[in-house]
Amino acid sequence: MLTVDGITVRFGGITALDGVAFAVEAGSAVGLIGPNGAGKTTLFNCLTRRCTPDAGTVRYEGEDLLGLAPHAVARRGIARTFQNLGLFPRLTVRENVMVGAHTRGRAGHLAAALRLPRVRQEEARLRDQADELLRRLDLSDVADRPASGLPFGTLKRVELARALAVRPRLLLLDEPVNGLSHGEVDDFADLVRAIRQDFDLTLVVVEHHMGFVMGLCDRVVCLDFGRKIAEGPPEQVQRDPAVIEAYLGVAA
Amino acid sequence: MSTITGILRADGARAGRTRAALIALAATVAVVGAPFYFAPFQVFQLTMVLVYAVALAGLNLLVGHGGQISLGHGAFFAAGAYTAAVMLDRFDTGHLATLPVAAAGCFLLGLGFGVPALRLRGLYLALVTLSFAVFLPLLLKRLEPWTGGSMGLTVDKPQPPAWSGLAEDQWLYFLVLAVTAFALLVARNLLRSRVGRALLAVRDHESAAEVMGVRLSLHKTLAFAWSGMFAGVAGCLYTWVIGFVSPDSFSFVLSITLLAGLVVGGLASLYGPLLGAAFVMYVPNVAQDLSEAAPGVVFGLLIIAVMYVAPAGLAGLAGRIGSAAARRLPRTRTPDGTHTARPTPSGTSATSADPTPPEAEVQAQAEPVGAPPRTEEE
Repeated sequence: MLTVDGITVRFGGITALDGVAFAVEAGSAVGLIGPNGAGKTTLFNCLTRRCTPDAGTVRYEGEDLLGLAPHAVARRGIARTFQNLGLFPRLTVRENVMVGAHTRGRAGHLAAALRLPRVRQEEARLRDQADELLRRLDLSDVADRPASGLPFGTLKRVELARALAVRPRLLLLDEPVNGLSHGEVDDFADLVRAIRQDFDLTLVVVEHHMGFVMGLCDRVVCLDFGRKIAEGPPEQVQRDPAVIEAYLGVAA
Repeated sequence: MSTITGILRADGARAGRTRAALIALAATVAVVGAPFYFAPFQVFQLTMVLVYAVALAGLNLLVGHGGQISLGHGAFFAAGAYTAAVMLDRFDTGHLATLPVAAAGCFLLGLGFGVPALRLRGLYLALVTLSFAVFLPLLLKRLEPWTGGSMGLTVDKPQPPAWSGLAEDQWLYFLVLAVTAFALLVARNLLRSRVGRALLAVRDHESAAEVMGVRLSLHKTLAFAWSGMFAGVAGCLYTWVIGFVSPDSFSFVLSITLLAGLVVGGLASLYGPLLGAAFVMYVPNVAQDLSEAAPGVVFGLLIIAVMYVAPAGLAGLAGRIGSAAARRLPRTRTPDGTHTARPTPSGTSATSADPTPPEAEVQAQAEPVGAPPRTEEE
């Protein structure tokens, strides 16, 4: 479904990613791990066209992803969440989710200004769909509250709901459980597993919480200083000496 | 028990709707009746409030909802006013013909200014737009064969048709009222749609909006275009009402006054432009009464005073007073108190099995979402 090949990104003298290559099968869940600064988020940014690699290719269902405009990625069925939350603080929770459905509406500026009947229908449809997602993620109670000021755990779910509103086939989660308490991590893991099933998603997850990654993912890719140092099933990567070295260092 | 509260709640909702309908009816009566009650000069002032309200509604789209800034809206206003004046003076078109031309012209002008807005933001964008406001009056003075130079142009005001039996000021008031009502409706429609949400999303978190498929360039330039169009329409109305344009009426001070009026009225609020327009119209007169010598100083001090009392603008102040009153009277509002009392954030976190660590919660409240995480040292 997604093939990353030889991705290299340099920021000035720093090589954030150096020839990283891996593939994501449709329906699988791939974990992306590595110490801080390994280039995980940069890789995510390349996949969603937030950043253009200096070399390498990204193909998504046979299409060159790097040839797309940044806003066109969502229309291909790719959605993501952000490491430090990328919500719209002054919009309500429902509006946040409805922005996720942006690509599924067609109302243009003129039609919207005149509020033509089809705009009205579209609004009602998008609103119903957003409410359904909010119900699914147990957020109906806060639907009309502005996103700022809600608890962090709730906001994580709001962001997930917004990403799901894109109707993605490939969902990229950037540290979905950072900052959550133990109980919340387990709940969130259950939630992600359930929606993966229900929405037939392919997942790529960046996460430091190893329990979460190992429990969710079929394959794990480990990066260190921009290079892929290991790839394989979770148990195998966990035992890989290179991975242990990257995380803990070697004995002197 | 639950059915009883359900009925009460439904009753409350119906009462709320009835009250809203009554308020709307009263407002309509007041707005339509005003020109028959007030003296011609006061009607003229009310008309000017409506004119400014259109300009401020446009500025609100851009600044309040779009998160961009423009110190050049006086120039769009001037462009609209001169479009109407030149059409009336040189080509003798009817008044109504000037409105779509001014609107379309300023829309295109705004589209042009949307392009630098894609690359610049904040103070840099303010500077570019300010330069437009500074330069346009000088250009108008130069284009003497068309614009009458510094002398300006005097044009006819729209005359009331005989069947209406209205005086000129009343007829103008109703003309402007119709255009203003339509303009405010358009602004509201825009905001309550996919397009408006995209605009707000771009304001709040640009890259997240783009990831959701919002095309930044399209929405940002169109925000400028709409905004310029509203200002141009307001300028066109200005020409109708005043019947005279001159470059000195549209100095860059007008742009700053418009922006100040919007901030005082309330950014990103529905009624902010109306309140701000009243402020722009009446407060300079009040300032003149208070001090003959330095009305500008009094005007400035009044702006400062308003910003101290109502940091979210006059519209925000009205909302604050409303919610304060609601808090004072919690007992009388029951039995459907659940309806009015807003649940506290901690109340909602109880839905997840394990409540969020308190520091995360506090942080989420104190900071805008998406702000970089605070480091421990802070």
